[in-house]
Amino acid sequence: MTTTSEQKLSQWLQDDAPTSSRQAVAGNIYRGVRAIVSNPAALAGLIIVAMLILLAILAPQLARGISPIEQNLSNRLHVPDAAHWFGTDELGRDIYARTLYGARVTIAMVVLVSVIVGPIGLAVGTLAGFLGGWIDALLMRITDIFLAFPGLVLALAFAAALGPGIENAVIAISLTAWPPYARIARAETVTIAKSDYIAAAKMLGASTWRILFKHIVPLCLSSVIVRLTLDMAGIILTAAGLGFLGLGAQPPTAEWGAMVSAGREVILDQWWVATIPGIAIFVVSLGFNLLGDGLRDVFDPKSS
Amino acid sequence: MSETLLDVQDLNVAFPSRAGITQAVRHVSFTLGRERLGVVGESGSGKSTMGRALLGLTPKPGIVTARKMSFDGQDLLACSEADWQRLRGRRMSMVMQDPKYSLNPVVRIGHQIDETSRLHLGANAAEAQRRTLAMLEAVQIRDPDRVYNLYPHELSGGMGQRAMIAMMLVAEPDILIADEPTSALDVTVQNDVLRILDDLVRERGMGLIFISHNLTIVSSFCDRILVMYGGKIVEECKATELHHAKHPYTRALIAAAPSLAEAREELATVMRDPAWLT
Amino acid sequence: MARLLVQRVGAFFASLALTFVGLTAITFLISRLTKIDPVLAIVGDKASKAIYDKTYIALGLDKPLIVQYAAYLRKLISGDFGTSVLTSRPVLSDLLHVFPATFELATIATIVGVLIGVPAGVLAAARKDQWPDHVVRVLCLFGYSIPVFWLGLVGLFFFYGKLGWVSGTGRLDIAFDDIVTARTGILLIDSAISGEWEIFRNAFSHLILPAGILAYFSLAYIARMTRSFMIDQLGQEYIIAARIKGRTYWGAVWKHAFPNIMVPLITVIGLSYASLLEGAVLTETVFAWPGLGQYITRALFNSDMNAVLGGTVLVGAVFIGVNLFCDFLYKIFDPRLRST
Repeated sequence: MTTTSEQKLSQWLQDDAPTSSRQAVAGNIYRGVRAIVSNPAALAGLIIVAMLILLAILAPQLARGISPIEQNLSNRLHVPDAAHWFGTDELGRDIYARTLYGARVTIAMVVLVSVIVGPIGLAVGTLAGFLGGWIDALLMRITDIFLAFPGLVLALAFAAALGPGIENAVIAISLTAWPPYARIARAETVTIAKSDYIAAAKMLGASTWRILFKHIVPLCLSSVIVRLTLDMAGIILTAAGLGFLGLGAQPPTAEWGAMVSAGREVILDQWWVATIPGIAIFVVSLGFNLLGDGLRDVFDPKSS
Repeated sequence: MSETLLDVQDLNVAFPSRAGITQAVRHVSFTLGRERLGVVGESGSGKSTMGRALLGLTPKPGIVTARKMSFDGQDLLACSEADWQRLRGRRMSMVMQDPKYSLNPVVRIGHQIDETSRLHLGANAAEAQRRTLAMLEAVQIRDPDRVYNLYPHELSGGMGQRAMIAMMLVAEPDILIADEPTSALDVTVQNDVLRILDDLVRERGMGLIFISHNLTIVSSFCDRILVMYGGKIVEECKATELHHAKHPYTRALIAAAPSLAEAREELATVMRDPAWLT
Repeated sequence: MARLLVQRVGAFFASLALTFVGLTAITFLISRLTKIDPVLAIVGDKASKAIYDKTYIALGLDKPLIVQYAAYLRKLISGDFGTSVLTSRPVLSDLLHVFPATFELATIATIVGVLIGVPAGVLAAARKDQWPDHVVRVLCLFGYSIPVFWLGLVGLFFFYGKLGWVSGTGRLDIAFDDIVTARTGILLIDSAISGEWEIFRNAFSHLILPAGILAYFSLAYIARMTRSFMIDQLGQEYIIAARIKGRTYWGAVWKHAFPNIMVPLITVIGLSYASLLEGAVLTETVFAWPGLGQYITRALFNSDMNAVLGGTVLVGAVFIGVNLFCDFLYKIFDPRLRST
């Protein structure tokens, strides 16, 4: 009977004394998801982010077969209508299609930056927190130095030197985005490292690497993920800013920041060219902010 | 026979939340005259919540209901915020547990005590300062002029708590609610503070509600005792007749209190009966 | 107590120096990473190998990286930021020329941000979960999600294009260029001193939109932090004690809770100012505002690496300086940390 098996599953997930780590993790995820779903703002954020991912994946289908890079100079700067839902840009390309495909670039940058700063921050932070002593002092000094740098300007200089392009933009952003994660990971590690079960693991002969990877890193993960989600909006805005300056994805690839820049010349008469991609950036940032706030309320209500 | 200052009948405090309604205080009734009433209970028994409710300081979303709750004839349930302001500090006051948190960290001690006089008695700066210094002496702070200019973090726990008492008694209220006044202090300092409280309450003929988790202190300090468990009053008796206590929880508390006089193999613990929660 | 102060000041300068070294190390590395060959930039494509080699050695490029970095650092400290390829002037003098325009924007924006943001944050915290709180939170949320360059463009479209309430891009109408003698470099002040009121009004109408937009971002951040700090304080026991002493709710809010957040708030305001310097980069590009930001982006488009890196070092130094100074102020002024 489905109702009893549903009930049993729900009981298993909510058990206050889980008997396996799988049950504990599953229970935490379940509680987290429930908390988010019951919070309307966080739910809205989750929906927006989910839609972003969906739009990026399904761009070709949703664009009704229109190519985002196909130019049509006789149809430049056309007002939005049935044929072109968002109008056309200065080279006659369909803005609706370009906005959809632009989601791919945004997701790509978000994922790439996360994949770089997360591990680096975790590595630096957990090593510093666990090993302590001069390693801690040195790593934290370096972290503090990077923390004090102006992100956008440095990313600008970096992209200026190495040339425009997504890869350079990603590296440039990551350069100054990683320090907060190192700090968070270190703070958590310092607390965890004092606990009894770490001492027990050491006595059982676990190597430092094993302790770090199997025990400490998993516990820091949730804080890092929450912080990542909160920072995501800022990363998207910085990436869009770089795109606006021509330093991100290069034409003819559709990238929202670059699209806004392209619409700059004609803002007074053909407002939709610059306005619509900007709305996309806004909505996506908003979504990540809402989701991040919701996650933080679930996992760490005390932090500001 | 002292007059009745506080008359509470069937007081309830409920906290609605997403998980349901938590009844923190249930059907509490008692009277208070110019005497010392001790309220003993463990954490979660509702004693602090009750204390706050008596001053209209229940935090949102708490809901306070009662058949009757009056102070010196004034109906507290019908009090507006302006009415409460006139009562609080001036006629009914409260001393809180930890001066680390209950004193404003960025204002000098003297000014914080002055504030009570200035707000409640309309005193000007000089008059307020005079009263403050007098009060600091009354709580046996040895160097009132120096302490007047100190910040809270520069005081020891005992001094801070004495400053707190000064701050709350300078307007000469009729009732003082002391919510765990000595729980944050070292044992050696506890007795000093208790003695000061004792002298002041006796001198001024105040009514005192002494909230604590420590039965020993309460029984030696107060005239009457209320024992709270799970939001209800499970026992009410005179301090001298504590050994005649009837409720099993009270008897368990008495038994659990360590004593230097008798030799025992083990310390007794309290075995809880879920029936006590109904 | 004085010894603690000296210690703290020492720590501050040490941090400053160390972080500055870190920043310049990065700009140095970036300058070495660039695809543009610095030798070719001087001798041209057609130079012989001999001349190329001579110039290579003259530029010190054969020395180990550390030595080159030391030379670079020494030049920076002595004020030699290189020469701008675009303007043919020393980069430092260019930077000093354009800095006042950015300073004007950032300062006015921060002042407005504080005047509106702080009371908004206090109101939101004091009326938590009621409608003023919701309004403030939504405004702050938008401030964290809107791209500044987009808002600038939309603002131009709407307030200049459609409504004509403000002037367009640039700092002044072209007709008014070079009339006012630049004493402080800040047009509003200079024109007021000279009594050129028409220019003052024109400068103001050019300033109001970019400054207003930056002010919005400043206010969003400040309001959010103020709200957060105030909520923490309003949950403390001493607030209840204040109510018992006879304070009204708002009396407790402003006279008890607020003084407790002033120190962290100063840090927040400083950080906001520093981040506005960054936000100015994009805003100035949109508004063709002749400040530091536009200088850097223009240098960027023209591959003027000296200018880009010089600007980066300046912005970085100010950014770092403000950040660290705010940290320092916080440690000095928190009364709990004052005594040893």
